[in-house]
Amino acid sequence: MKIKITINEKDKIFEVEPSEYLLDVLRRNNYTSVRRGCDNTSCGVCTVLLDDKPVPSCSLLALKANGHRITTVEGIQEEAHKIGLYFGNEGADQCGYCNPSMALTVYSLKLENPKANEQEIKEYLVGNLCRCTGYVAQHEAIKKYLGDQS
Amino acid sequence: MKVVNHRTPSVDGLGIMKGRKAYTDDFAEKDSLIIKVLRSPHAFAKIKTIDDESAKALDGIEMILTYKDFKRNAFTRAGQGYPEPSPHDKFVLDEYVRYVGDEVLAVVGTSDDICQKAMDLIKVEYEVLEPVLDFEKALDHKVLVHPEDDIHEMFDIGFDPKRNKAASYHMEIGDVKKVLDSCKYTISETFYTQAQAHVMLEPHTVNARIDYQERLVLYSSTQTPFHIRRIISQALEIPLSKIRVIKPRVGGGFGGKQAIHGEMLVAYVTYITGKASKMVYTRKEVFESSYTRHPMKLEISLGADEKGMLKAIDAHVLSDTGAYGEHALTVYMVAGSKVLPLYNKVDAVRFYGDVVYTNHTPAGAYRGYGAIQGNFALESAVDILCKKMKMDPIKFRELNMMKEKETSPIFAIMGEGTEGTAMNMETCKLEECVSRGKELIHWDDIYPHIDDGDKIRSVGMAIAMQGSGIPLIDMGSASIKLNDDGFYNLMVGATEIGQGSDTVLSQIAAEVLKTSVDKVIIYSSDTDLTPFDVGAYASSTTFVSGNAVYRAADELKSMMLKEVARIFECDKDDIDFDGERFYYKDKKISLIDFSNEITYSEAQKQLQATSSYVGPKSPPPFMAGFVEVEFDKETAEMKVLNYVSVVDCGTTINPMLAKGQVDGAIVQGLGMAMFEDVKYSKNGKLISGDMLNYKIPTRLDIKKLTTEFVDSYEESGPFGAKSVGEIGIDTPPAAIANAVENAFGIRIKSLPITAEKILNKKWEIENEKK
Repeated sequence: MKIKITINEKDKIFEVEPSEYLLDVLRRNNYTSVRRGCDNTSCGVCTVLLDDKPVPSCSLLALKANGHRITTVEGIQEEAHKIGLYFGNEGADQCGYCNPSMALTVYSLKLENPKANEQEIKEYLVGNLCRCTGYVAQHEAIKKYLGDQS
Repeated sequence: MKVVNHRTPSVDGLGIMKGRKAYTDDFAEKDSLIIKVLRSPHAFAKIKTIDDESAKALDGIEMILTYKDFKRNAFTRAGQGYPEPSPHDKFVLDEYVRYVGDEVLAVVGTSDDICQKAMDLIKVEYEVLEPVLDFEKALDHKVLVHPEDDIHEMFDIGFDPKRNKAASYHMEIGDVKKVLDSCKYTISETFYTQAQAHVMLEPHTVNARIDYQERLVLYSSTQTPFHIRRIISQALEIPLSKIRVIKPRVGGGFGGKQAIHGEMLVAYVTYITGKASKMVYTRKEVFESSYTRHPMKLEISLGADEKGMLKAIDAHVLSDTGAYGEHALTVYMVAGSKVLPLYNKVDAVRFYGDVVYTNHTPAGAYRGYGAIQGNFALESAVDILCKKMKMDPIKFRELNMMKEKETSPIFAIMGEGTEGTAMNMETCKLEECVSRGKELIHWDDIYPHIDDGDKIRSVGMAIAMQGSGIPLIDMGSASIKLNDDGFYNLMVGATEIGQGSDTVLSQIAAEVLKTSVDKVIIYSSDTDLTPFDVGAYASSTTFVSGNAVYRAADELKSMMLKEVARIFECDKDDIDFDGERFYYKDKKISLIDFSNEITYSEAQKQLQATSSYVGPKSPPPFMAGFVEVEFDKETAEMKVLNYVSVVDCGTTINPMLAKGQVDGAIVQGLGMAMFEDVKYSKNGKLISGDMLNYKIPTRLDIKKLTTEFVDSYEESGPFGAKSVGEIGIDTPPAAIANAVENAFGIRIKSLPITAEKILNKKWEIENEKK
């Protein structure tokens, strides 16, 4: 069946199976920045924005995205570049597998709560797991990025 | 230094943040055949019959592979140098399945769905066998995990499958029993460490195609591309020259991607069919069918004299390698060789025991590699001994631990699977690590604890060491060339897996060539294009590969000076080079002009240097770890308020990335210390097979990490560097255990240390008193 998604501000028609998850449809259609991690919404690397809110695409049926706006990191390149500079300056990049999903979630936090305090930052991003960094450098980078935006 | 020891952002951070194609599955061919593995539901069984006729008839099924399709060439998945110190006890597919999740057969089809449908149609009849699930009962069990005769060891590692032994080891210096008997204070304690899962966020992934030269090209999320190429060639009898392995960006490894996982099946399918194929492990497969950290039982005896000098260490260790013996001997030996030398003033030391097979998920390489297990036992035992002697545990360590310029006879005796290499500690700043850490955690204000009413706060500590590569075995190499317009390409076999090696190696080259990191374009790990490197393991990259990069860059610089000397008509030693210009008296030429001239003039030539490095020794990094923990008195719930790490890793080539290595390892170590636990049902089925049932630390668990580096310069390292990738993981289990003791007077001797265990122990003691 066909679904219509406004992806990164472009209208697209995708042919999907009723049982297919959005993650598989996106990767199949070359949106490879959206990544497979845990298969059950535990790790956050498959995050996309659905109408500007972060959701795990590994457990969202593609059909449910019909008629909605989806944003992947390809849709926020300028912002991701900016966030990337903050990560770089704090040494917060390691394997990077989770980084595009992190950029999306941080961007969404900025839209929702630009003055988030330390605890709010941690709580907002708690679903974005990282096995590499120990979180401290990421936290510093996100804090400074948010601080400089407002 | 202009580049080294500076906070340089990762060379690839921006592109990765912006979602550029970087990881293995991003490069899979669009029409790849999908390979799915039907996995064993039994902990131990023999396949009697396979009925796959109706599955084969499905539209879209390319082939179904069973053990009958493969020649019986035993190999090891370990992903080590040749000859491997791990037993060759694995076949691509076998008629025996040895753990829940072991490979029964492989289905190859055009989509995931088709493969799933096919798997549902396949009927496998098993002869279900009694499994060996308790590693303490595995030795000489009536059931043999490996009854087959066509498996072997490459050299003597104590392999004895007829006794369920994958490996065994014994070493003794002095007469341990005699020295222990003469000691005023002795303790004997038994410790247990659990299996831990790596949980790198990118699952094991591999894909293949045949290129236009009719060669097999694999993209693999691996830590060891050159070993993968060799092992595939040996097991599948494909000529090595026909195989190319490309390692793109790897989404985390921690040792979990040192081994071969899907590579064998993917290589075979594409080689046989000529069609592209791929495999992406599900998270369940990552947990159930890759490998874990080796669980161990460690019986430790210590003896000290009346002055508090440690006189003897006795360690009898039993390790569980699960169904296959990957890294069985070497992880085992590291539990001794990178732990026992911490206390080098003893008169006698013994380390011995076996690594046994069981019908659990195999164990293999994992950051720390035995040292974390050994460290937990020894550093817990030291505090127990101190309590008995009524001696301050820090004073005891200051008295007994390794100091600069000293050595330990263990270095010469214990290597990794073989004899070791004698060495002195040219750099060992443990004393500074301990005193600075003590200050940073406010030890004297808190030790042993502060009673806050409902809560109790305590401190605990441990010291640790690791290595820097495997001496005389690990080789790293690098090629560097000068391009027109004055920039360089650096080709390394070293394997960037997220630890930052591409950045660190670029910094080393840039420093030697007096240029900036953006002028050094690095390309890592492609068996066709880059020189050989053993890969990312054993904390080797900065030290071993870094030395190779240093040499190659230095050689290129010398070549450039020789050419400039020809142009200037002078001696090359008289030329000054500042990274941008060459000077001789009143003559000067810019690097850009020189590089253009040498590329496009009559005397044109490509300047390129290749160099390699094998470490004659493995200088250990050292650290002291201190933890401040807050406990709820009623529930024993723990909060780590601060973890202080003071590390001697020589020069930090990139202080930010070095800190990231330590921070990340501390958090992984805290996970192992406090809650991570690979759990099985009584039938041997994995219970913790997903990320809901196997928790890793989240950012809410981490309050404060205080990580510092002491001044240290290791002469044998590139710009004074030692390694830093693993050392951080070693101290948290013992530091937490010691903090529990300092809070409640309760000793927990098995990992993970949970509130439940503390409460049970508390109640046990209270009941005894009644």
